[in-house]
Amino acid sequence: MNVKVKQKFKISNKEMRTTYNDTLVDLAKTDDKIVLLEADLMRAIKTNDFQKKYPNRTLNIGIMEQNMMGVAAGLSVRGLKPYIHTFGPFATRRSFDQLFLSLGYADLNAIIIGSDAGISASHNGGTHMPFEDLGLVRLVPNMTVMEMTDPVMFENILRQLNDQKQLSYLRIVRKHMLSIYQEGSTFEIGKGIVLREGKDATIVAAGIMVANALKAQALLQEDGINVSVIDMFTIKPIDQALLLEYADKTQCIVTAENHNIIGGLGSAVLEALETTPVTVKRVGVKDRFGQVGTQAFLEKEYELTAEDIVKAVKEQL
Amino acid sequence: MDNFATKIRIETLKMLRNRGFGHIGGSMSIVEALSVLYDNEMTIDPSNPDWEDRDYFVLSKGHAGPALYSTLALKGYFDKQLLNTLNEAHTNLPSHADRLKTPGVDMTTGSLGQGISAAAGIAKALKIQKKNNRVYAIVGDGELNEGQVYEALMFAFHHKLDNLVLMIDENKLQLDGYTDDICDQGDIRLKIAGFGWHALRVDGHNEAAIKHALQEAKEIKKVPTCVVLDTIKAKGVSFLENNTSNHHVRFTDKQIKELEHLIKQLEGDIT
Repeated sequence: MNVKVKQKFKISNKEMRTTYNDTLVDLAKTDDKIVLLEADLMRAIKTNDFQKKYPNRTLNIGIMEQNMMGVAAGLSVRGLKPYIHTFGPFATRRSFDQLFLSLGYADLNAIIIGSDAGISASHNGGTHMPFEDLGLVRLVPNMTVMEMTDPVMFENILRQLNDQKQLSYLRIVRKHMLSIYQEGSTFEIGKGIVLREGKDATIVAAGIMVANALKAQALLQEDGINVSVIDMFTIKPIDQALLLEYADKTQCIVTAENHNIIGGLGSAVLEALETTPVTVKRVGVKDRFGQVGTQAFLEKEYELTAEDIVKAVKEQL
Repeated sequence: MDNFATKIRIETLKMLRNRGFGHIGGSMSIVEALSVLYDNEMTIDPSNPDWEDRDYFVLSKGHAGPALYSTLALKGYFDKQLLNTLNEAHTNLPSHADRLKTPGVDMTTGSLGQGISAAAGIAKALKIQKKNNRVYAIVGDGELNEGQVYEALMFAFHHKLDNLVLMIDENKLQLDGYTDDICDQGDIRLKIAGFGWHALRVDGHNEAAIKHALQEAKEIKKVPTCVVLDTIKAKGVSFLENNTSNHHVRFTDKQIKELEHLIKQLEGDIT
């Protein structure tokens, strides 16, 4: 791990989907095992460029996610590397038994990309807004579960996963994110990243909530409260050692997730700290369904703002 | 033919008798299909189950594991003694087929409708890799209730998977009774043909007919082939044939005796 954090956080130059396409196009130059699987959302994830360059290794399966998981399993039986993308609810909820058995239980390999993480599904609304995807895939034994923070991390993780034989779920925002990490940063799967050091509490966040946690940290500092901030991009296996260290150091943990507080990062952190007396407070979607709206509206609606994190920290102190 | 089907039937009956319960109906109905596949049709090397140039077999109706295990043991994939461990704790032979546990099992199945997609995926991979291996899958007629089957049918047609042969075990019964009573599926062969497949129907207990159908499949180019096997659930076990409770049977003492008698009779037939 060699992570360099930017001084100022701006909207990323690249959309996450561009990173997906460009990274796979590059990897496929020297790896003829890569096969792209889509379920009629290529225009949404913009992988048409990959398709142009590698038409024989692009399978737009059609609107049949269950079959897509099974076909991926078959490709993996033959040693190919399936990269599967669809919207998060369809990559998990819709095709969960196929993911669980044909891939997970059968110990076959695939990299599953679930896009439009949580409220970033915005105007697609409740049917397309996954607040449960991480909870579902966390229940697949041996599966690696991650939520991407920005394009730099996404590219680095894709490159690492391409060399590993395993079943992984990557939850992503499809379009722009705030850019947190400097180009060239490298990440270690299963290791959280300490972005800020403070002794009063620790905010553990993932995905878009990392930026909100950093904002909350600055706001708290103005009130003389110094908190640590951890980017816990690997939800499973979670970095229990780091959590225990910061639970001990700060005696107060607040999690921040763009997901139901049941089943996702908050739950994973609670489980990891089950033997400690430290208080864990979860900021996230409080067991509700999604709905349409701008991301800014939804952030307020589901109490996911930096101010909500600040409030949660103060309540614990 | 070298009585291979009878040998599969004997070993399967022995396994189930030893365990005292199991999926006897759907195991017995595919014995002749397995016999043709493993004794004649498929390119395999039992001493090297992971051989890259082998033909692949997916038992989408994974609950017929016992018939497949008997076939694999008889072909020499593993010691026949292992057949005595069906469904024991930590066994290599669980109720439903498991690629991680049993040498020769190419895909894990059990949740119906899933094996056919995996078989189509293997067939597509072989096309991408420009290989000539063939892929065979057996799906149950009750399994056709699963919507995923039709997704896979469309996928295989679109991708012109002429290296894939789907065999449908039309034994006319599913767990709760006759398939026609639970959800009438009409003419299965016509239904599959409607998806663009080359589809034929043969007597699923006539090995020559099955062999002929599989030969025909090899000559069909650009479309996948489906062979509907007209079969009898629990074929050969007279007291369970045409019995709507023959999907999974916990044998009575009387039935155990009848099974033993049947095994002896079959053993006599081939000696």
